[in-house]
Amino acid sequence: MADTKLVGQNYTTPDLVAKVTGKAKYAEDYRIEGMLFAKLLVSPHPHAKVRRLDTSAALAMPGVKAILTADDMPGAAVGATLGEGVQASAQAERGLTNEPLYQGEPILAVAAVDELTAALAIEAIVIEFEALPFVVDPIESLRPGGPNARTQGNVWMRPTAPPAAPGARGPANSAAGASAAAAAQVPAGAPAAAGAAGAGRAAAADAPARPGAGAPGASGAAPAAAAGAAAGAAAGAAPGAAARGRGGRGAAAGAPAPPQIAVWKWTDEDFASAGPNQMPMGKATDEWVFGNIDEGFKKADLVLDETFMTQSTGHQPLETRTAMAYWQNGKLFLHGSTQSTVQTVAAVARWTGLTPDKVVIISEYTGGGFGSKIPGAISMAIPALLSKKANAPVMMRITREDEHFIGRARPGILARVKLGMRKDGRITAIDMYAICDNGPYDAQGDGRSAGTTISLAYQPETMRWRGLTVLTNTPPKTSQRAPGGAQGIGLFEPILSKAAKKLGLDQVAVRRINAPAGHAPFGPALPNGKQAYVTSAFVKEALDKGHELFQWDVKKASYSGKKQGTLARGIGVAVSPYSGGSIGFDGLFIIKPDGRITFQSGIGNHGTHSAFDVHRQAAEMLGVAWEQCDVVFGSTAKNLPWTCISAGSQTAHAMTRAAHAAATDAIKKLQEIAAKAHGGKPEAYKVAGGKVSGPGGSMTLAQAAQKAIEYGGKFDGHELPEDINNFTKTSAKNLVGQGLMGVGKDAYPRDGQSQSFVVGFAEVEVDTETGVVKVIDYTAIADVGTVLNPRGLKGQLFGGSMLGLGHARTQRWAYDQHYGVALARRFYQNKPPTILDAPMSFTGEAVGIPDPETPTGIRGVGEPPVGAAYGAIMNAIADAVGDEIFRKAPVSLDIILAALDNGGQRTHEALTAHV
Amino acid sequence: MAVIRDVMPVFELYQPASIDDAIKLLDKHGADALVLAGGLDSMDWLKDRLKKPKAVVDLGQIKELKGIKEVNGGIEIGAMTPLTEVVKHPVVREKFSLLMEAAELVASPQIRNQGTLGGNVSQDTRCWYYRGGWTCYRAGGNICYADTPTSVNREHAIFEADRCVAVNPSDTAPALVALDASMVIRGPKGERVIPAEEYWIGPGIDITRMNVLQPNELLTAIRIPSTMAGAQFYFEKVRDRQVWDFPLVNVASAMVVSGDKIDKIRLVVNAVAATPHRLKNVETAIIGKARSEETADMAGKMAVDGAQTLRHNAYKVPLMRNLVKRAIRGGTGQTWTS
Repeated sequence: MADTKLVGQNYTTPDLVAKVTGKAKYAEDYRIEGMLFAKLLVSPHPHAKVRRLDTSAALAMPGVKAILTADDMPGAAVGATLGEGVQASAQAERGLTNEPLYQGEPILAVAAVDELTAALAIEAIVIEFEALPFVVDPIESLRPGGPNARTQGNVWMRPTAPPAAPGARGPANSAAGASAAAAAQVPAGAPAAAGAAGAGRAAAADAPARPGAGAPGASGAAPAAAAGAAAGAAAGAAPGAAARGRGGRGAAAGAPAPPQIAVWKWTDEDFASAGPNQMPMGKATDEWVFGNIDEGFKKADLVLDETFMTQSTGHQPLETRTAMAYWQNGKLFLHGSTQSTVQTVAAVARWTGLTPDKVVIISEYTGGGFGSKIPGAISMAIPALLSKKANAPVMMRITREDEHFIGRARPGILARVKLGMRKDGRITAIDMYAICDNGPYDAQGDGRSAGTTISLAYQPETMRWRGLTVLTNTPPKTSQRAPGGAQGIGLFEPILSKAAKKLGLDQVAVRRINAPAGHAPFGPALPNGKQAYVTSAFVKEALDKGHELFQWDVKKASYSGKKQGTLARGIGVAVSPYSGGSIGFDGLFIIKPDGRITFQSGIGNHGTHSAFDVHRQAAEMLGVAWEQCDVVFGSTAKNLPWTCISAGSQTAHAMTRAAHAAATDAIKKLQEIAAKAHGGKPEAYKVAGGKVSGPGGSMTLAQAAQKAIEYGGKFDGHELPEDINNFTKTSAKNLVGQGLMGVGKDAYPRDGQSQSFVVGFAEVEVDTETGVVKVIDYTAIADVGTVLNPRGLKGQLFGGSMLGLGHARTQRWAYDQHYGVALARRFYQNKPPTILDAPMSFTGEAVGIPDPETPTGIRGVGEPPVGAAYGAIMNAIADAVGDEIFRKAPVSLDIILAALDNGGQRTHEALTAHV
Repeated sequence: MAVIRDVMPVFELYQPASIDDAIKLLDKHGADALVLAGGLDSMDWLKDRLKKPKAVVDLGQIKELKGIKEVNGGIEIGAMTPLTEVVKHPVVREKFSLLMEAAELVASPQIRNQGTLGGNVSQDTRCWYYRGGWTCYRAGGNICYADTPTSVNREHAIFEADRCVAVNPSDTAPALVALDASMVIRGPKGERVIPAEEYWIGPGIDITRMNVLQPNELLTAIRIPSTMAGAQFYFEKVRDRQVWDFPLVNVASAMVVSGDKIDKIRLVVNAVAATPHRLKNVETAIIGKARSEETADMAGKMAVDGAQTLRHNAYKVPLMRNLVKRAIRGGTGQTWTS
């Protein structure tokens, strides 16, 4: 780190002044002549069919220009990859619907000269619904005769196992899925499980991913990593990574069978066999295992069997998913709010029924996404198609009320965990059963990735995971910052803490003895009996660093479980892994004859700085001052390279590798130019300090750029490397002849899956008379490889910790079970944490050990802080007031106080979701 | 007809410059008018299109409704005085710091800049069924959706429920009752002044209103007498988040102690019933007693006697008990020094 000038150094990002002065233009800030405004008519019912719709009075109103309904929307793109392991089914969301599956689901949109006219038009529409059965609580849906969220059923079935990808060693562990599928009553008329012999989706799609991201179904995520070079290469290749981006490339040939919905009920005996507030465990649709858990439990000195529920939380970005669209020369121009720039093109194309070459995305600034806008939002299709229908630009501003419904949410998980621990704290066995509250649309992988994340964080000697992905009539769920991982750590940490306490062990020591290290394995056993593994893990180092910085021993002696007056103090620690990077993307920049360097950035600008940070890797290698560099970003009309989705904590890893590849290409070209001009061997020339110098003399980069144009060929982009992605080729061709082109694909090897880790340490004070919790001190230590941008790192650690803090303490949805409608629809009701709820003291540091499996040493940081704070803060609360106080999150003050009033025994309902 | 939310409906906006003009407008429009003070409550209703008044009467231009003046050792606060000004006022801070504390804990700095004292005490309940547009008793229907076997009612009442289980969410209201304030109300027939305690009404009296104001009446000022000036005050608000949150329960007390005996006390809890809940029986029981842990304990227990809980709000009983205890005892006792 010491010898770097840019990487690892703080700087001011080029977008910052515009942001703090209000000059930055977000989607809503654009105005175009003749622009109409759109408003949505949304369902008041949790599940219904539109039986009568009469829009004639609305259309007759002056100023009303067009109405878009579900009939105007393209069909579901069956088989398309919808994001982090989620695959589109025939039941996929289409943006507008005639069979709403949750309260607030858009049914139609009206375009009018202004919003008031559009609203009045909506009130003039006659619409009649036939109400259908609904359910908002997964457990209720599993009861015999319980309601199903969809007419097709109530659970997502794990698709039949895909065969091995080329080079993989045999089929993935499919027994559980296959047998479960056989047992399910797949309703007649459901699409046949076509394509069971398709290529291993997960193997191709999920390698860069969250552990077990492959939804109910993908056992392939793990095989990909272990299957050797062929599968590994496929996994890391652009198509795979693209497929992870919601939207990707649609239904590729050879895609696996889309998942199916089935009717799935437990028996009365299943329910009766569970104790009070204990999760029943009827049959599961999905299962994986490694080792022999019976043997594992035999070795245990302590066995705990606990039920825990994590809540569903809205993503709630401050910028709602507003979009404005217009058409020019047959092309759609869409100003939208999206996490990714390049990767949003294909998604919008699919949602609107266009080919990607007809879509231009403009998004210079995005006010947060947290996983809910990975490739934009399906609602973007509404102004796009309305604009076509009305033949005028259309702005659809999404209100906060709309956003709460269509803005996505994290699935809640109800889990039962049996934990076996040896006297020394080593975990010998975990038997986990997770029920994922999936919402009404495509199958989310959170339940499964909760399991794989736990297996990575605590390295149990044996583990079985079982799960169900249950449909509910609640707002659509999608990946939220550490999807599944945060819930997994959240639900497991309090159980782990309780076990350690029972055995009289130090909480840090217990996490240390179970800590992942090196190529740490995780997830299911593969056919060869081994597990997938990570590129590197320095969790012990993180624990040691945090132990010291947080002054764990001092705090433990002074505060742990101690009380002054009514104020009890407690401390907690938690370990949280999450995906830390993908591979296979391209870097592209031009060194211009005026000496400036223009980096083409296809990364979304949603608050992480990575759209700019990653190019400092290339600038560092070229030895140029950052002041000489410009970054082009924010519009897909600007010739951008093939870029990863801005999600999954991938970018810092993936795009510094791409930057490294492009810089390596440019350095080689500079050396060749210098050698051509001055004689000698290219490798005798060095690129540093804005010059290329060697035995024959030196020239500035500006002079070299001029030469590159003179020489043409590969030097100025007339000839391009064979292996770069097609998207980049198109962009690079548009930049030919402007200077020296640095272009390259990340083809660097990588052994294992890139995972990052954060260890969280929390100290809380609980007022035992009011239940009020204050977070006194919080320390987050990140094992994220080399630090790219220290200020950015701290921002991510703080922001992610705040999200975890909100999960631990206050944030939630609330639903009326009887009516199936949302109650907590405002910020003051669903309670994301405020700045005054932030820890009174916050420390964020990195271990700083480079990842050995990537040339830049850099891994991503965005996601793992969430689970760390979620777990550590709940653990600290338990340390302060007792570990029987709660078995659900958020641990709001009413839960604490009611339990304290009940002798320290919880009184809350452990099994009911959304209350 | 389909429903749409979050778009403000069309209305006639009136901005009278005097109280008399405002009263005339209200008298003319009757139930078709909505009074707009700081807008923190009204704008919600408007944006949700749950209220579609023909006329909105904005009090923002009426200078005589703003400001704080000293009157006979007490103060008179214009109803349109922003909460921030109440918090900053030197006499409020010196003599009636109970109100300062309460006002400073309202919502967030931005809301306190915009929100007024009159608006804070007159605001409607935050029951999320009622405010979600459910046609409950309070909205003119014939059911309480917050009091069914499946209701989510963590924020709701444990006292004085009468068909409706909504609570009064004001932070300043209990402080004003504890300070023995009175409310100045102006209507077409002139002015009347009532004790603050009588300003709020429960569902048993009128299930559709939170206070006594008739559609053609305005709360013009709040008078705080010298009675409790400089007394020993205690205010505590318990909420989920430390800013921008309504109380789960709050407590306000004003106490005069001579020697170690409680001479005089006014003790009020809010967010447990539809009106600020004055604990007269507790006051009577502890007057003449020592200000001690024992007295505090007794007060806490007596305070929650008769509480009736719903499915999700049983915690309010220990919370209220403990807050009353703390009001008498004065805080959390020992605290951590680091």
